[in-house]
Amino acid sequence: MQASTTSSKNDTSAKPVVSRRLDRMFLALNDVASFVGQFFKEVFVPPYEGKEIIRQCYEVGVRSLPLISLTGFITGIVFTNQSRPSLATFGATSWLPSLISIALVRALAPLVTALIAAGRVGSNIGAELGSMRVTEQIEAMEVSGTNPFKFLVVTRVIATTFMIPVLAMFFVFLGVMGSYVNVAQNEKTSFMSFIETFFSSISFLDINSAVIKAIMFGFTIGMVGSYKGYNSSKGTEGVGKAANASVVTSMFLVFIEELLFLQIINAIRAA
Amino acid sequence: MTTVKTENKQREAVIVIRDLKISFGDLHVLRGVDLDLYQGENLVVLGRSGTGKSVLIKIIAGLLQPDQGTVKVLGQDVDQLNSRELDALRLKIGFSFQSSALYDSMTVRENLEFPLIRNVRNLSRSDIDKAVEEALADVGLSQTINQMPSELSGGQRKRIGIARTLILKPQIMLYDEPTAGLDPITSTEINNLINEVKERHNTSSIIITHDLTCAKTVGDRIAMLLDGRFERQGTFEEVFEDSNDERAKQFYEYNFVN
Repeated sequence: MQASTTSSKNDTSAKPVVSRRLDRMFLALNDVASFVGQFFKEVFVPPYEGKEIIRQCYEVGVRSLPLISLTGFITGIVFTNQSRPSLATFGATSWLPSLISIALVRALAPLVTALIAAGRVGSNIGAELGSMRVTEQIEAMEVSGTNPFKFLVVTRVIATTFMIPVLAMFFVFLGVMGSYVNVAQNEKTSFMSFIETFFSSISFLDINSAVIKAIMFGFTIGMVGSYKGYNSSKGTEGVGKAANASVVTSMFLVFIEELLFLQIINAIRAA
Repeated sequence: MTTVKTENKQREAVIVIRDLKISFGDLHVLRGVDLDLYQGENLVVLGRSGTGKSVLIKIIAGLLQPDQGTVKVLGQDVDQLNSRELDALRLKIGFSFQSSALYDSMTVRENLEFPLIRNVRNLSRSDIDKAVEEALADVGLSQTINQMPSELSGGQRKRIGIARTLILKPQIMLYDEPTAGLDPITSTEINNLINEVKERHNTSSIIITHDLTCAKTVGDRIAMLLDGRFERQGTFEEVFEDSNDERAKQFYEYNFVN
């Protein structure tokens, strides 16, 4: 396996630095593509590891709830408070619920949830799988007749892909609550009126795009964490690097995806 | 190369390795290994660190693919098997890892249940409990059943690792450095356990080590890996005590004299 994929050192050392870096980049891309390909190959084939998927959903979803709740609530309060002076200049503080709903659903909830999950869940997956790799637990699983890719990687990626949209919706709910607390103190708006304005300002496309975006972020975080952990090496140092790289790479990809998705949604709105 | 004991020629070979080669980049680790493991014997593979001993048993278990050569386990060519056939073969092989490789997130009970639940269908809860208790009793650690791996000593972890492999009743055992990092008393206990496993379960075993005390205690036959090949094979006495080979003498002196 390892032996058959290694190339001769003499071949590569004769190449210019740029060429060698390009070689490495394409080899790494090939590795990532194979890893993602293996996920899609394994995910539809039984056994489906239902129990482990539920356990991972609990780890990703339920255990992230306190952090997501706190962050969502505080974001609602702070965003409302910071937006008020600008709207007050035009005497438009009644637009606060609309502004909050659009900001939370279209951008803040999926993005902030994904960034929190990248830090909490992505690093956890990277460190856990990395530590299993360096202590031979993955090989132990393989020799005991269990497909470790399916049991460890597929289950975690499914869990993040399903649970991050759920967490993002929970973030919206808590963000609305936080925002209403702030609005109620300053504008004396009733809760029903606030909620009515909130929902009238967002469209079906906004909700759909937020969910699809969160699914994409969840898949990315699970896949990156699993890839970095599953392929980690060099002992305990490798575990630390896998955890760190999981967070950094996930966050970077989440921002890139957000940017690309924004262009697609804008094009759909314009059409 | 010293000759293999004649009695082995009467027995059935459960592992047959021929002209096995593997390299990692420019590093040629195994350079044409030939080896037979016979039914019911403990074969110790000795060699210095980094000589490819662990690589050899990982190839036998199908965890690594060789560049060249054949490995037949219980008559099946490991390199030619599809993943389902390989999984079925692996259930007949017990692999005790150097680091014990216990699943950190599971208790001792869950560690032992894991291979059983996943590979044996239609087992009742009482069957599973009985198998776990028997496997733990085999290694003398029944009291640790609800403990986490982090709460166990190095020797206990090794024993639980061996119990986890025994639960599927393998025909072949592969031990990777079973006494590495253990004190002499615990090492002796592990050596005795390896012999007990052979007697109770009639297993054939390959024991990878650089510990000559372990080799002398458990080995029916010794194969010494030097420069990527088995240069010397035979009983402990043939390989070391009656030998004039400088490298074997050096290995012996470093273990027993220094």
